[in-house]
Amino acid sequence: MDSGVNMERLLLLLHADESGSLPKVALECIESARTLGGQLDAAWTVGLVGGQAGAAAAAIGSCGAARFLAVEGPDFDAPRYATDAAAAEALCLKADATLVLAPATSRWMRALPGVAQRLGGRVDTHVVGVSVQDGAIEIQRWYYRQRMEAVLTRAARPWIVLADPGASEAWGGAPQEVSVETVSVEVPESLRRTTVIGARAAESGAQTIRPDAALLFVAGAGWTKKQKDGQVRAQEASELILDIVRKAQASLGSSKSLVDLAGEGQAVLPFLTHLHQVGQTGSTPRHPKGLATCCHGEEPHVVGWRFINERRAVNLDPNCGWARGKADVLYVADAFEVVRKVNELLDA
Amino acid sequence: MSDYYHIVVCGGIAPDPLQTLEPVAGPALKNELMLPAVLDPWAAHALFEAAHLARSAPGSRVWLVSLSPKAKLQQVMMTIAQKAPFELVVVDGPSSGFTDSFDVAAAIAGAIENIAGLDRSRLLVFGGWESAARGAGTTMQMVGERLGIMDQFQGVDELKAEADGSLAILERIEGGRHQVSRCAGPPALLGWATGSLPEPPNQPQIGMANMRTIMPSLQRAKPAALPGDGIVFRKVALPRQQRDTRVVKDLPADAVAKEIVEWIRG
Ligand SMILES: Cc1cc2nc3c(=O)[nH]c(=O)nc-3n(C[C@H](O)[C@H](O)[C@H](O)COP(=O)(O)OP(=O)(O)OC[C@H]3O[C@@H](n4cnc5c(N)ncnc54)[C@H](O)[C@@H]3O)c2cc1C
Repeated sequence: MDSGVNMERLLLLLHADESGSLPKVALECIESARTLGGQLDAAWTVGLVGGQAGAAAAAIGSCGAARFLAVEGPDFDAPRYATDAAAAEALCLKADATLVLAPATSRWMRALPGVAQRLGGRVDTHVVGVSVQDGAIEIQRWYYRQRMEAVLTRAARPWIVLADPGASEAWGGAPQEVSVETVSVEVPESLRRTTVIGARAAESGAQTIRPDAALLFVAGAGWTKKQKDGQVRAQEASELILDIVRKAQASLGSSKSLVDLAGEGQAVLPFLTHLHQVGQTGSTPRHPKGLATCCHGEEPHVVGWRFINERRAVNLDPNCGWARGKADVLYVADAFEVVRKVNELLDA
Repeated sequence: MSDYYHIVVCGGIAPDPLQTLEPVAGPALKNELMLPAVLDPWAAHALFEAAHLARSAPGSRVWLVSLSPKAKLQQVMMTIAQKAPFELVVVDGPSSGFTDSFDVAAAIAGAIENIAGLDRSRLLVFGGWESAARGAGTTMQMVGERLGIMDQFQGVDELKAEADGSLAILERIEGGRHQVSRCAGPPALLGWATGSLPEPPNQPQIGMANMRTIMPSLQRAKPAALPGDGIVFRKVALPRQQRDTRVVKDLPADAVAKEIVEWIRG
């Protein structure tokens, strides 16, 4: 349980995605590992898990790691807690790691906290920064759903750190063949009680959640409320929203009120699910820009905008939450009229 | 065939999301014990899903295990107890987000191991996939490990008990998608996201029945040891979040749209 930074043994744990390539957040973690390795003045190891982890190693062969370990084979293809935890545990032990850096993918978020427990270590997730400061490794993360920012260090080892997307630039080096040490892991039947059948879009119809989009378009409950003509115009709202999301190649987000309406049998936008919900009990997406429409901008919603840099809102109410320092620009205007015009202009 | 479940829902309490929070030395929240609290939202969904599943599988039982300051938990129980039938197990301790999941998991797993009459072969451990306090999504996996449960799922939106005794599960993954899995059956651990059930209305008769276990359990609650070994918070601060909002009024929709399109494209 030493914490002298000069004695850290850094392991970067990665897995390939379904297509066999590494997700962007993994490349960001490579960059973090390179920086950290430099600050620690230590050689570091890459550990890979997947059906064909060796192939993924070649893609990042020039990343600067001193050693490449892999657990591979059909048992490790699909994201499954039991086998992922066994593989990650074996890699941590093989590398004798004190500090484990990993991307906060759904796969590692499911499995690695349990690995920390097995190893008698500790874990931090949603980390947005990791560095060596004043002789110790410190991490930055948010508490209370993005409402408070903390910087902390830990003495306990091994320490597993899962970094969120956007915590670093993505590494962009060239592929290079490397020698990979395969670590074998027994998979008894007890680890195969779960079968992963596959992934499917949560929404019906067009895919509207696009994590890599430049723009987040948020629809609030106002879209389904009685408008100044005394009418509820849900069908028109649906068309306008889907149109702008498609034309601007935006990712669609929503307020809780709007997605909850579905459960109450009110006029709703059929393509919305709880996965669209942004905020305290929803997601905290990362897009450079965000446009909120018919959404009041209440605190439990806006905490989900923590990582949206440029924010604009269209709302009929000049005193809505966005007006109070939560957006850069608030247009006091009718979103039906504005979005129709925006769609026309995007066509041109 | 035995198709009942013993469902243990793990859920702490969190400050009401509409409250303004401010950190103080410790770290802790300013006036933490004065802030109105709610059952942690995703854990609350887990509880509603547990009650729903238990209703459909005769002979099932639901426990709610909560590591919380017991006086505060008692207040939260006044509403939550009316929403779903459960037996409460309390571990007295802080609900702060600044405690360590490793310690919290040890306390919760210990409490689960001590539940009299719990059939571990039919056990489903539920909880929220992340808390509204620490927001880490790490406690449940550690509880599962301590209980030896190797079938774990996070960000769960749906659980269906199939006729053959297996469990069909949907978990949230990247890009607005769900991972579809099938687990042979209990024991399993599920960290819930929103699920698919609306919040049940208050039902005073359920509240009355629940109170029979709630009050003794609160009285019996033992304090948890949360050593927080070796964590040093170097800084806890509110973000500089105030923006200088430009409020644009009386601009025709055409002009607003033009500005927005330029901004989107810019
Ligand atoms: C435990 C808990 C957790 C929560 N978590 C979340 C969360 O994760 N995410 C979240 O979003 N909320 C969350 N909330 C709810 C939150 O407090 C708000 O109730 C919610 O965000 C309001 O949604 P809204 O702004 O879409 O709807 P409303 O408050 O109904 O606002 C509708 C807005 O539409 C505007 N409008 C109407 N018509 C037009 C028009 N034609 N043009 C322009 N503007 C128009 C109105 O002026 C109004 O501002 C949570 C609450 C609790 C208690």
